[in-house]
Amino acid sequence: MTALSVNNLAKTFTMHLRDGVVLPVVDNVNFEVHPGECVVLGGPSGAGKSSILKMVYGNYGVDAGSIVIQHHGVAVDLATADPRTVLTLRRDSIGYVSQFLRTVPRVSALDVVAEPLVIRGVDKADAQGRARDLLARLNLPERLWSLPPATFSGGEQQRVNIARGFITDHPVLLLDEPTASLDATNRAVVVAMIAEKKADGVALLGIFHDEDVRVQVADRIVDVTAFAPRIAA
Amino acid sequence: MNAVAQYNFAYLDEQTKRMIRRAILKAIAIPGYQVPFSSREMPMPYGWGTGGVQVTASIIGPDDVLKVIDQGADDTTNAVSIRAFFAKVAQVETTTHTAEATIIQTRHRIPERALGQGQILVYQVPIPEPLRFLEPRETETRKMHALEEYGLMHVKLYEDIARHGRIATTYAYPVKVEGRYVMDPSPTPKFDNPKMHMSAALQLFGAGREHRIYAVPPYTEVVSLDFEDHPFTIQHFEEPCALCGAEQVYLDEVILDDRGGHMYVCSDTDNCEERREAGHIGSLGVKEAAE
Amino acid sequence: MSAEPLLRVENLTKYYGSRLGCADVNFELWPGEVLAIVGESGSGKTTLLNSLSATLEPSSGKTMYRMRDGQWRNIYELSEAERRFLVRTDWGFVHQNPADGLRMTVSAGANVGERLMAVGDRHYGHIRETALDWLGRVEIAADRIDDQPRSFSGGMRQRLQIARNLVTGPRLVFMDEPTGGLDVSVQARLLDLLRGLVGELGLAAIVVTHDLAVARLLSHRVMVMKDGRVIEAGLTDRVLDDPREPYTQLLVSSILQV
Repeated sequence: MTALSVNNLAKTFTMHLRDGVVLPVVDNVNFEVHPGECVVLGGPSGAGKSSILKMVYGNYGVDAGSIVIQHHGVAVDLATADPRTVLTLRRDSIGYVSQFLRTVPRVSALDVVAEPLVIRGVDKADAQGRARDLLARLNLPERLWSLPPATFSGGEQQRVNIARGFITDHPVLLLDEPTASLDATNRAVVVAMIAEKKADGVALLGIFHDEDVRVQVADRIVDVTAFAPRIAA
Repeated sequence: MNAVAQYNFAYLDEQTKRMIRRAILKAIAIPGYQVPFSSREMPMPYGWGTGGVQVTASIIGPDDVLKVIDQGADDTTNAVSIRAFFAKVAQVETTTHTAEATIIQTRHRIPERALGQGQILVYQVPIPEPLRFLEPRETETRKMHALEEYGLMHVKLYEDIARHGRIATTYAYPVKVEGRYVMDPSPTPKFDNPKMHMSAALQLFGAGREHRIYAVPPYTEVVSLDFEDHPFTIQHFEEPCALCGAEQVYLDEVILDDRGGHMYVCSDTDNCEERREAGHIGSLGVKEAAE
Repeated sequence: MSAEPLLRVENLTKYYGSRLGCADVNFELWPGEVLAIVGESGSGKTTLLNSLSATLEPSSGKTMYRMRDGQWRNIYELSEAERRFLVRTDWGFVHQNPADGLRMTVSAGANVGERLMAVGDRHYGHIRETALDWLGRVEIAADRIDDQPRSFSGGMRQRLQIARNLVTGPRLVFMDEPTGGLDVSVQARLLDLLRGLVGELGLAAIVVTHDLAVARLLSHRVMVMKDGRVIEAGLTDRVLDDPREPYTQLLVSSILQV
């Protein structure tokens, strides 16, 4: 059974501020991700890897095609889902480790990480306990846990992001360059965490520029250049 | 009286009396509700009881017996003037005895003696709107009365307790009439509020400057506003009246000399006099000469 | 998530004479959902908010609200008494200028307690306790309970306004530029507070703002308005990260980077 199935996805950007120039991004995207496997989107910068990931998360709109996810045993097309459904999908079924952490003033790193559990109704203290475990594992200094991440370094913010994405048991997990700002030790931690997710049957879809990490985690590589939009003749 | 300077009976013309009587009837039909009326120019300025005088003038008849008190006393300047006014323009009998009066016009007090059926108490009212000092907009206060939105009234009482530890309002204490309208009983001391409840007499209220008339029909429920944990209480006097020894009555403080000497005496002069005639003598009282 | 929405707006239109305020607005709002209405001055967002909250009567259209008893009522067909009661108990309205939403000459405690007294609470101790609790929740020191809002800073007044609105446990809160006019640091604190309370209490909220950062922080969905019409609507992060309409793209690109 597929956890995530992307079919005939297409996207263009219309830049109205640049006289309406149309930038095609991807066309005819087709691939699947099964539970327990990690599929890596490969290809050069600008090929549309991040855009695909964002479309799968509902962050970017879709021009055509479908993105089917198993949600509480029912197949849901995220491409045409209304906002409430997308939010429910994000709450329960699909997690996302983004490239950049968007910080909220005054919320501590601990609470940022705990939040995905808290909104699912987990007791706050329990959620914070789990958050602590993850942050400790990622070697984030304890003195930072009660601070808002706005002043953290790139690598520290990255680790908060990762912890936040990994804390739940969502069946689908999207990873956008999760190790970009990390040192070797922490890269290894992330690799181990990905392996654990796979063992738990989570379907992972990710972008890894770091070849070393990619080699260790990827079960399949999907070359995104295959989805390059045809240039109109 | 010569033929030239002749007043219409009770000063007001008949059309005006009709208008005021209609307002009074409406007020009686809706206890506690302020009925607007067209206040006339009276031979005393606003603030001197023109509302009460207009109500009295509209209801008084040649067979009525009128008593007028001001702060409980028959012999203060205003009471004397108003009594003389009605004696002149209506040629009615006047009295200082509560028991004998059919109409009692009062400023700021209710007589101690319980009133009976057939008696009418006419109050002089300065500001009829109990919410006025919290909500200055007339449009808003009318809506609040219409929709029974009286939360603001309790805000005032809450503020008192927060500031003074108890409800500090001691006069013009707001009441709820017949479970519906919140009313200002006029600046009578809160001591008098219980007398308004289920009185056998008809109570009419006139505010001349503000153009409002309201009423409490006989045997109407009148409840003072309070909180469950800060219930309404009346003033308590430690000593009885110095002249007649009365207890459970409202007392005035009278300064006797320039060395701080004072005594507490009945505010209701008629009541005090009656008691003394009946033989009750207070600590500073003198035996009344036998009639 | 509950099965039924809380609010259903159908073809809401408001004209001021011949001038358009807002036109043909349609949307639904679910319990616990925050909808931001963004636009620049003259976009019609304030007209829309005032129409939705029954402060203004629209020229046409309906706003159906699901009352506490489960019945759907068009708020423009409620009697004035019903509407005022609704506004006092089940709804909140946070004004941009806190002085518009507070009684400035009455203590903070009385401001918070007024709604309770308006719905019949007659126990002073209980009212005061509830007021203290709420002051704590909006981070106003307990010893300010008897002070008047005249002596409060702008941020404190705004927090007091929020407490005053939330004390009766409303299900829907309207907010008109809740952080407008406040210092940036004060804004951050207020937004965080709002975010927390909305989440904790499961409030539905409609927030009018010209500040896209506020929309991103507080709302699940956003409607972009221009010249009285909704030109784009959807999931907040989608609209802000992948704007489709020219005007939305202009708005998003106009945010100054710090």
